[in-house]
Amino acid sequence: MNPAALKVNLPELVSGGLLVVNTEAFKKANLAKAGYETNPLDDEALEKEYNLVKINITELTKEALAESPLKPSDKTRCKNFFALGFTYWVYSRPLDPTVEFLDKKWGKRLPDLANANIKALKAGYYLGETTEIAQNRYQVSKAETRPGTYRKINGNDALVYGLVSGTQSANKDLLFSGYPITPASSILEGLASMKHFGVKTVQAEDEIAAIGVALGASFTGSLGVTATSGPGMCLKSEFMGLAAITELPMVICDIQRGGPSTGLPTKTEQGDLLMSYYGKHGELPIPIIASTSPSQCFFAAREAVRIALEFNCPVILLSELYLAIGSEPWCTPDISSLPEIKPNVIEPGEEYVPYKRDPQTLARKLAFPGMKGYEHRIGGLEKDESGSVSYDPLNHEHMTQIRADKVKAIANTLPPTEVHGNKTGKLLVLGWGGTDGAITSAVNRMQAEGFEVSSVVLKHLNPLPNDLEDILSGFEKILIPELNHGQLRFLIQAKYLRDTIGYNKVQGRPFTVNELLQKIQEVL
Amino acid sequence: MSQETAEAPAPLTKKDFVTANEVRWCPGCGDYAILNAIQKTFPDLGIPKENFVVISGIGCSSRFPYYMETFGFHTIHGRAPSVATGVKVANPDLSVWMITGDGDGLSIGGNHLLHILRRNLNINILLFNNQVYGLTKGQYSPTSSVGMKTKSTPMGSFDHPVNPIQFALGAEATFVARTVDTNPKHMVETFKAAQAHQGTSFVEIFQNCVIFNKDVWEGIYGRDSRDEQILYLEEGKPLLFGKEKDKGIRLNGIKSEIVKIGENGITEDDIIVHDTAHDNPLYAALLSQLLHPEFPTPLGVLRSIERDVYEDCLEGQIQAAKESKGEGDLQATLSGAGSWKVE
Repeated sequence: MNPAALKVNLPELVSGGLLVVNTEAFKKANLAKAGYETNPLDDEALEKEYNLVKINITELTKEALAESPLKPSDKTRCKNFFALGFTYWVYSRPLDPTVEFLDKKWGKRLPDLANANIKALKAGYYLGETTEIAQNRYQVSKAETRPGTYRKINGNDALVYGLVSGTQSANKDLLFSGYPITPASSILEGLASMKHFGVKTVQAEDEIAAIGVALGASFTGSLGVTATSGPGMCLKSEFMGLAAITELPMVICDIQRGGPSTGLPTKTEQGDLLMSYYGKHGELPIPIIASTSPSQCFFAAREAVRIALEFNCPVILLSELYLAIGSEPWCTPDISSLPEIKPNVIEPGEEYVPYKRDPQTLARKLAFPGMKGYEHRIGGLEKDESGSVSYDPLNHEHMTQIRADKVKAIANTLPPTEVHGNKTGKLLVLGWGGTDGAITSAVNRMQAEGFEVSSVVLKHLNPLPNDLEDILSGFEKILIPELNHGQLRFLIQAKYLRDTIGYNKVQGRPFTVNELLQKIQEVL
Repeated sequence: MSQETAEAPAPLTKKDFVTANEVRWCPGCGDYAILNAIQKTFPDLGIPKENFVVISGIGCSSRFPYYMETFGFHTIHGRAPSVATGVKVANPDLSVWMITGDGDGLSIGGNHLLHILRRNLNINILLFNNQVYGLTKGQYSPTSSVGMKTKSTPMGSFDHPVNPIQFALGAEATFVARTVDTNPKHMVETFKAAQAHQGTSFVEIFQNCVIFNKDVWEGIYGRDSRDEQILYLEEGKPLLFGKEKDKGIRLNGIKSEIVKIGENGITEDDIIVHDTAHDNPLYAALLSQLLHPEFPTPLGVLRSIERDVYEDCLEGQIQAAKESKGEGDLQATLSGAGSWKVE
């Protein structure tokens, strides 16, 4: 820690926690920049509250690299690897993967740089070993892992693979069109490099064109997909109306970031839930699903593809910047065992009535250009069952109702909602999307201490699962933590008329487990 | 042994492209003539009926798909180029026709029009220009003349209008043509040339809105003016016009001027010869600057050049990727580089 880092991060350290500071950095100028009037290291309270370890990391790094041919200023830059080496010692972690990483990254091009960083890394580790400067070492036991093939995955990569996998399971061509926007751009880039899978990508001139290209592809028999972030969602909303009234399948991925407007484009937030629900013209329900972790983006993308193709409607897939760029180890699935997706398409020889519906899903069946004898017209004007333009007032009411009922019918195809913990108790922590990790960890700890706390993290936001109302009724209190000002809470209270407690954070950062623990304890 | 032989499909006729829908344009609207010309063109193109797709935005012209017995998509205001792009990229075998107007294509959809033209997808774009917003009942459009009085410009418009042909040339469209709703034969010829062109074909059609901008083109194509005011472009032929075909366009420096054959020693050799694939794109720009009423208005194909077609390039890259990397295998990708096994 330098003074600035100390100021920002100290509130997150639990009492008694290990605090390592680089004494060299605590000089007047740095202290002033961070807004310290006196040196916090001189404050005895700090040493009492935390397990404070003072190391002159800068100086020790320079000494360790005395013989390196690097310039002095470059040597100083290696101090981060010194600190990392020390941290590895504290957590009893091996050095080899990082040594390999450095070798691979710079070994050939800049061998001096690679060697210096490796040396600094080792020096930091040996400092811990020889001086036992920290009183405690921590053993993080290997996570209990099931056998399988693992890989590191971030949310956007998982989403790319999920889109490819979903369209393969549906035997559909995938056409993706996007316009570069942080943090969604890597989806366009990822799919553009999957041409050998037959994936077509179009970098459109703007957000509106991107969704238009996707819709044109869906009309033609591919699955059209687009991805963006909040501001792009606003631009795409007129086309979502057209996709909904023409009842064409499409997946619209919104990788949420701090808004409104350009807002905090590189920070995370869950601010687009209500926009996804209501930010459109006319009566227009759209299915909404959310991913709960980086690797879950794979399954969320498959689920979005399934709903879009089986129900023939646009689907909004909500991810979050924190998931998009965050990585985790992932036990990769057996692709051949993933369930088939059955698009609702006309059977050869079947008489075609464009808006006649499947009784189960209420989906209309699709026929595509190139299919002889199935020529028909669709468009933004309201249609009757035959596909003709209709201004009949009762027909409009009927079609509006059926578009809503179709979205409701999706709930009948969902598995039972997973409750983490007992199905009844004092408190249910209800979240959605990317807060899953922090919520589950906090609830685990409360459960281990014997508290009657359970959690549910929703993946389906529209429709909400059929069994959610029953689950809610099993708990005395409901706490809804969200990285927004209470958007899920608004929906839950409106739909189920249940009083709930909100816990909201709009700082561009995810919840910490500690924050949630404190709130849960306060609520209990 | 079966004696079955495939019955040759009956040749398509105009009737095959007429829908049962009642056509709802105003009586006397120029759109009727354009619809008629398209329905006459399609059967002659040698394309199976199910491979035609007609796509439109919003406006009077954009009701077009409902009257064509083909696959059709009436989309949203200005955005037809993006939907058409998705259709063509998804299935390059389709014959895609995009119908737009001066408001739809050049105002709300100007950006999309620019990009579809530069990308050069093999799509035909017909822009009906009547210099007014008809569907919303008579506001001025981006092609309206300065001074035009409408409900939204009660004291006259002071917006400088956009010249659709110049716009298309500026976007480096590979095929740019102009025709008129009063000349069915010329329309059919122009539409056939548009379909024959590999790449985005842009056709401006002078169209008469009888309600909100009646007779706006009368000074060009009216019975009394057309001989002197229309310059029919023919490949390899000099730019001659007039009842006796005795007037022509000559280049004077970088300016064009009207000259009369036989006067001041002018012969046909002095007249510019029409070349749709001229090396210098400024030639077509020069034609686009022959403005009424000083000059006769050029009708026909102004420019037609070859350039790589967007969807062909994309298909080519997909093939190349498959050849170099092999057909994609998701399981192998996931368990490839960067993965590890846990027993």
